[in-house]
Amino acid sequence: METAKTLPAETEPNSDPNAGISSIGSDYETRYGFHDPETYFHKGRKGVNHEVVEMISRMKKEPDWMREFRHQALDVFLSKPMPRWGDTDLLNSIDFDDIFYYIRPMENQGKTWDDVPENIKKTFDRLGIPEAERKFLAGVSAQYESEVVYHSMKEDLQKKGIVFLDMDSGLREYGDVVRKHFATVIPAEDNKFAALNSAVWSGGSFIYVPPGVDVGIPLQAYFRINAENMGQFERTLIIADKGSRVHYIEGCTAPVYSTNSLHSAVVELIAMEGAYIRYTTIQNWSNNIFNLVTKRAVAHTDATVEWVDGNIGSKLTMKFPCVYLVGERAKGEILSVAFAGDGQHQDAGAKIIHAAPNTSSRITSKSISKGKGRASYRGMVKVYPKATGCKVSVECDALLLGKDARSDTYPTMEIGEDNVQVEHEARVSKVSEEQIFYLQSRGLSEDEARLLIVNGFIEPFTKELPMEYAVELNRLIELEMEGSVG
Amino acid sequence: MAKTPIFAFEDIRIAIAGKEIVKGVTLAIHAGEKHAIMGPNGSGKSTLANALMGHPSYQITAGRIHLNGEDITDLEPDEKARRGMFLAFQYPVAVPGVSVANFLRSAVKARFGEQISAKDFRKTLKEKFKLLEIDESFATRYLNEGFSGGEKKRLEILQLAMLKPSIALLDETDSGLDVDALRIVADGINRHCGDDVGVLLVTHYQRLLNYVKPNFVHMFINGQIVRSGGPELALELDEKGYEGKGGDVAGEVAA
Repeated sequence: METAKTLPAETEPNSDPNAGISSIGSDYETRYGFHDPETYFHKGRKGVNHEVVEMISRMKKEPDWMREFRHQALDVFLSKPMPRWGDTDLLNSIDFDDIFYYIRPMENQGKTWDDVPENIKKTFDRLGIPEAERKFLAGVSAQYESEVVYHSMKEDLQKKGIVFLDMDSGLREYGDVVRKHFATVIPAEDNKFAALNSAVWSGGSFIYVPPGVDVGIPLQAYFRINAENMGQFERTLIIADKGSRVHYIEGCTAPVYSTNSLHSAVVELIAMEGAYIRYTTIQNWSNNIFNLVTKRAVAHTDATVEWVDGNIGSKLTMKFPCVYLVGERAKGEILSVAFAGDGQHQDAGAKIIHAAPNTSSRITSKSISKGKGRASYRGMVKVYPKATGCKVSVECDALLLGKDARSDTYPTMEIGEDNVQVEHEARVSKVSEEQIFYLQSRGLSEDEARLLIVNGFIEPFTKELPMEYAVELNRLIELEMEGSVG
Repeated sequence: MAKTPIFAFEDIRIAIAGKEIVKGVTLAIHAGEKHAIMGPNGSGKSTLANALMGHPSYQITAGRIHLNGEDITDLEPDEKARRGMFLAFQYPVAVPGVSVANFLRSAVKARFGEQISAKDFRKTLKEKFKLLEIDESFATRYLNEGFSGGEKKRLEILQLAMLKPSIALLDETDSGLDVDALRIVADGINRHCGDDVGVLLVTHYQRLLNYVKPNFVHMFINGQIVRSGGPELALELDEKGYEGKGGDVAGEVAA
């Protein structure tokens, strides 16, 4: 592929499983928190109204149905009150008039990295995207502010009929398919932030995998916010047709600013009969990001959907990936890790709806709170009457680092059927003095010992990640752990 | 003796939450020597071993500790370990999610200050597993999680073998072992604690001492060494027990 030739790798990915221990000293600010000068093709005004929505839709030359959908969604957004649950103080501090809703960094998307403006290219280089693309990905989408600036997919996958596009191109090229499925899993009315996304969405991924096709190696999207007061509203729709398989990975970072930015995505997954979708997120937002995301999947007969969701950083994250098990024997799994550093609130969880017999689900939630960080698990499992023979397993583990760290669990179970098997476990633990002493007696410093214990705590999660991402996650945790004595 | 002891402590006093448990103990161990501290439950012998290593719950209120002639009393446990001190725990703690191999590699790196190649590490580990009759699958199991008592003890000796200390404190390493496991563990200690290593065995019973022959035996009662002798003292204590030896057997303060 033409993309493989020019860009030197900035850092070798470290295959040492102990990498998390070896390089204490780096930090978010220098690794991810930098920002580029803004030389954008288009940067509108702050605030959102029908004029802004109209402008976005016209710039994108969208069909009428989408333009109308956006306007209706905006009305829903404007009329819906802020959620009255969760961290309402933080939610109410969002100033919707102080956000840029659409920034287009360049006129046209790049087909090769050479088409991408130098500073943006450098940014993705620093984040290791072209390198990952060369080494182990089937396709890459790189979104910068509101638009995907670079997109590629391996040729052999195109030949198999796999569609992997940014959402805007998806709408242009596969209008009928998009129209049929768009907002069917998450309607604009679902919640205030889904409505906002529906009104001003831009970018994200559109994926279609034909019947029986296995994508084999992962597809990845990377989302980068650069501007201050940015609102990023990507929209993703993945359709895995009968008996197909796909693994999609997303990563995100943003610069450190003193003012807040908003990231509010909507992700819809549709797994047809016997299909398999895994959706992996490694989110690594700077601490000024409100991350309010709606993610939901529908699993048809014998289909499997897995959300593997790693939440690090942000000021407030509210995210509850959901699977609707609508076909018999469908499976849903939600595996999540949340790390709440000082001053952060990770309000994460999971939602599973058993709407068909013999469906099964497993939720594994791991949270770590440090300093004055706060992690909440908010989960909901619902089994409809007549959904017999279902299996439900929920496990929540919280680890507190320090006496001021906080963890809350809000589990909800609505079991409308007697013939079901339900397991539920919740634990809160601290790093024990005995563990630290044991590891110290083998030569590890106290920090190294604590880090090893924390990495062990999230191991059920990391072991599900491709090696490169596992190493990266351990390293991110290490950054978060710095100075976490307590 | 002219030679500097490899490990020595003088007039060590140890308190737990303000209560004195070890009341002035002095001992010098030379390279190649094996010393056994024998005492009843609650005599404070485990407290001594743990406090010497630097357990945060135990306060050393008086006395000094020397390793290779250097004063290490105030060092952190990891500093002591990196300088060649090792404690085999009576109750090794589980660290869920951390594989034995990963842990050992971190420890070896910390101890010797350099990364050994993955290949060499695997080779060495394999050898040690074999000698201690530990199944190789343990490399990927989580540290001490779900291990039987015997498996934990064998893994302690494996760590001893990998970390090559100059002083090994072995805290009740014989407890919870059947005869076969006892032999394997003892063989491991003998093999890895040669002429350049000092050993301090802390034990209630004599049976480990049938396999790991001590040069010196110290009878430990109520936080003090009350009598020292050769291997014959161990046999005597085993036969007659600790009663009437001038100590307070009922002093169950630090099991």
